Amino acid sequence: MAKQKIDITLQIWRQENPQSQGSFQHYSLSGISTGLSFLEMLDVLNENLTLNGQEPVAFDHDCREGICGMCGAVVNGRPHGPEPGTTLCQLHMRHFKDGDHLVIEPFRARPFPIERDLVIDRGSLDQLIQAGGYVSVNTGGTPEANTIAIPRETAEQAMDAAACIGCGACVASCPNGSAMLFAGAKVSQLALLPQGHPEGRERALNMVKRMDELGFGNCGNERECEASCPKRISIRHIARLNREFIKAALFSE
Amino acid sequence: MKLDASIPDGPLAEKWDRHIFAGRIISPANRRKYRVIVVGTGLAGSAAAATLAELGYDVQVFTMHDTPRRAHSIAAQGGINAAKNYANDGDSIFRLFYDTIKGGDFRAREANVYRLAQISNRIIDHCVAQGVPFAREYGGGLANRSFGGAQVSRTFYARGQTGQQLLLGAYGALMRQARLGRVTIHPRQEMLDLVTEDNRARGIVCRDMRTGAITSHAGHVVVLATGGYGNVYYLSTNAMSSNVTAAWRAHRKGALFANPCFVQIHPTCIPVHDEQQCKLTLMSESLRNDGRVWVPKNAGDTRPPAQIPESERDYYLENKYPGFGNLVPRDVASRNAKQQCDQNKGVGEAGLAVYLDFADAVKRDGLPAILRKYGNLFQMYEKITAHDPAVQPMMIYPAVHYSMGGLWVDYNLMSTLPGLYVLGEANFSDHGANRLGASALMQGLADGYFILPNTIGRYLADCPLPLPDTTASLFTAETKKAESFITKLLAVKGKRTTGDIHRQLGRLLWDECGLLRNGAGLGRALAEIPAIREEFWKNVLVPGTGMQLNQSLERAGRLADYLEFAELMVRDALDREESCGCHLREENQTEDNEARRDDANFCHVSAWEYRGEATTPVRHREPLVFDNVTPSQRSYR
Repeated sequence: MAKQKIDITLQIWRQENPQSQGSFQHYSLSGISTGLSFLEMLDVLNENLTLNGQEPVAFDHDCREGICGMCGAVVNGRPHGPEPGTTLCQLHMRHFKDGDHLVIEPFRARPFPIERDLVIDRGSLDQLIQAGGYVSVNTGGTPEANTIAIPRETAEQAMDAAACIGCGACVASCPNGSAMLFAGAKVSQLALLPQGHPEGRERALNMVKRMDELGFGNCGNERECEASCPKRISIRHIARLNREFIKAALFSE
Repeated sequence: MKLDASIPDGPLAEKWDRHIFAGRIISPANRRKYRVIVVGTGLAGSAAAATLAELGYDVQVFTMHDTPRRAHSIAAQGGINAAKNYANDGDSIFRLFYDTIKGGDFRAREANVYRLAQISNRIIDHCVAQGVPFAREYGGGLANRSFGGAQVSRTFYARGQTGQQLLLGAYGALMRQARLGRVTIHPRQEMLDLVTEDNRARGIVCRDMRTGAITSHAGHVVVLATGGYGNVYYLSTNAMSSNVTAAWRAHRKGALFANPCFVQIHPTCIPVHDEQQCKLTLMSESLRNDGRVWVPKNAGDTRPPAQIPESERDYYLENKYPGFGNLVPRDVASRNAKQQCDQNKGVGEAGLAVYLDFADAVKRDGLPAILRKYGNLFQMYEKITAHDPAVQPMMIYPAVHYSMGGLWVDYNLMSTLPGLYVLGEANFSDHGANRLGASALMQGLADGYFILPNTIGRYLADCPLPLPDTTASLFTAETKKAESFITKLLAVKGKRTTGDIHRQLGRLLWDECGLLRNGAGLGRALAEIPAIREEFWKNVLVPGTGMQLNQSLERAGRLADYLEFAELMVRDALDREESCGCHLREENQTEDNEARRDDANFCHVSAWEYRGEATTPVRHREPLVFDNVTPSQRSYR
């Protein structure tokens, strides 16, 4: 596809710090190459702002390969923008056209306080994992790797769930601010693999309980999370979390 | 200064076990009295922090990210090597050792590399137990694939996201320890300096990237697992915030920096497509398993690939290196790609790319099988370039990827500053002058899970128990220095942005200190870097204040360190008058333009000592001795 230059207008959420009142600010950019990524477009904006004596827009990002999970903003109402299965850093300007108006705001959810502009605090997701999103095994005392055979299909399904990058788009897109897809992906990965079985019950109970404590909502079957997930994680993993949870609750002592 | 690598005596295969037995062990009841500061939460840092906490130490973890799961280890795609010999194709610990040391062009220590190969198998055991969803065969056993520089299949993988899965395994272990209260995690903290006392590491100085607050922290041991310095070139496959600051500050405090000129240029990256681009994307080397590399036979052929008939294509790697074909090591693949482009046979808009073609593999195995192996890589490529590699060949070009150089460490992974350990890509230890594919994950995890936990007792057993007081002048003087450094950056108020100046430095280094180097070019670079540094301190523009979330300030601080580090890198390159590993020194090549190593004069590690801003650094040499393998001229023909 041949590269073009486009002119766009931007409406970006600016907020000095967690305490201050934020507001939208308007900017325009001309001659943006459609070969650039969305974040490279923001880099250009920031370069311009800096040279004009203004403060650049703060936004989180790191790998720019769609895997670290650090970037993310809501673009025209959609977390990570209009392309399905794409992180913001992997979104390219060729998906926009000359004259487009882009509204850019941070992921919003009660457990994700804003740090500055588009930068948010997702520490609540770490706390959720701390409630049981792991296998309790110490370094060293482990059996030979091929001791337990795992069907290929099962390993593939576990990998589908494990692909979660922890960006928080699922929470931001959910009307209830639920982290069920995030928690479901982890519970599902470990429920599918035999290594996760011994702690399966506690994991499901504890992670769901922690999710409530942290202020995340519950799943309302809106499926917005699945639609906005850059790794296309299926809500089937929420179903598996529900099954694991019910199983654990029914048989609890 | 005499560099003592502390290599244990005895036969190669017994060194590590003997060393562990001869070492000191801190009794379980005493371990909680020792505070270990771990900086960085990639594979090495997370693995070390989790394991040390499991052992009972008081672990304090610092990461510049919002959560420990973001470090750039996460972007490693292809896999992790281990000598399991599941494929029954003749692999062994000795073969993995040999391939790694040969791949590194005989510029690494035998004992270190052998230990790495020994530990490799336990890493796989551990990661499987953590629930890492490695790829499997139909029978349920673990699957392997082959990788550049090896003729056996020993690479374990989780689709094209192996680094992610291994890092999330280590992250899970770390989260478990955090919940148990044995690890305290300090997110969004950037280490600005190392605190030393009587030539020992005693703590660190950090800036809270949210508020700008500068604090200091004391520990019995400081562990740096802060990654590589590839971003000195501006364009690289490293994450945007990867930096040399922590390592460089430790270097200024007395830790020697080893082999800074050893930088790996990765052959399979997406070519540069735009002026304003700030980052290159790697396509896993595993693609070379099934992809065939080619260029048009005739220079200047601009037809689309589908219109170039088989007879007019040059599969130059297969033709030139029939033994290894498309799986030659990274340096050979990179250099040949550049040479083809220099002969005007390059493809793409700028002629700076070669084809990586999957048509034959798709014909042979069917598209579903190929997508199962590389689906996410194909997707990633298509997202960036809008071309589907299943339909038309990929275009690839070399890019800066990995730093083999790093802070000098001994066999215990301790730097020349007692109490300062360096792990993973941040140290120089195991990859010599070139790293084989799928070895970085292996090294990071070996360092963190298995090596440091077994060597840290040697230092701690003799370390004074009382922790220094962070309100004493030793620490407050350092925090003041960090504050005034930030004030100085903000006060320049010049006319050029950090990105602009960094691009200038990067271009210079890519041209003069990249794949091909020569004395004259390196001399030019050595003269030019101080001028760019001067320009930076006269003319950089950093908006905002120090007491707020200020990403421009973060970048400027990192560039300031790169501008000092770059000079050392070029000085080291100039000093090493041989072709070795990743780099072809143009004065030292064979008649058919292959690299010529000079074992008589350069079979050593160059470790540089900082002597102050205005003084030339001093080079120390650690000779490399090979008792178990004979350094051969690498030939992949």
